[in-house]
Amino acid sequence: MKTLTSLLMAVVLCGCETVQPWERGILAKEEMQWQTNVSEAQLRNQIYASKEASSGGAGASGGGCGCN
Amino acid sequence: MGQPAPAVLLPDMSAAGEVSLESLRGKVVYVDFWASWCGPCRISFPILEQLRNELGPEGFEVLAINVDEVEADARQFLADVTVSYPVVRDANGTTPLAFGVMGMPTGYLVDRTGVVRVIHQGFRKSDGEPLRASIVELLGE
Repeated sequence: MKTLTSLLMAVVLCGCETVQPWERGILAKEEMQWQTNVSEAQLRNQIYASKEASSGGAGASGGGCGCN
Repeated sequence: MGQPAPAVLLPDMSAAGEVSLESLRGKVVYVDFWASWCGPCRISFPILEQLRNELGPEGFEVLAINVDEVEADARQFLADVTVSYPVVRDANGTTPLAFGVMGMPTGYLVDRTGVVRVIHQGFRKSDGEPLRASIVELLGE
């Protein structure tokens, strides 16, 4: 069992790789983005923060008035 | 910085054959690592071209090293932004590793004896003037 676990861990670790600064071309492609439309994402975040009466959970600071 | 620049011998993207950094010894060379997906690289190209046109006769040269994963992307970029200095391609990342590139773009200003004297990370429009001053200083040595 121990051998199996360590073997599995080794396999999982094989998936870890440092992405060098010059290897980010494919990651920079549009289809690799979390959101494809920046304006729409901003609008959605604004509405979300306003409805929740709080903002900051997504990394931004400010009040919950929906005016920030 | 202050160390001899690592060797570069890579295939030319605009002509057959290879270009080496060694062959440019005696000139002040700006070794520019770039990729098509890198925004500041697009800003740097016309500025480097202008510097090269202006200071080329005094012994300044640019050696642009493309590190795109997809060669077609680089070719598309070069079709949009035409430059007259040599552009070479490193498909497997050996040279950026040897130079220790930390971000894109990074430029290494190599003096006439082949020593890296200035490392320039990123690129803004306003970077052209200070870079020009560094080049002129090295040309005068």
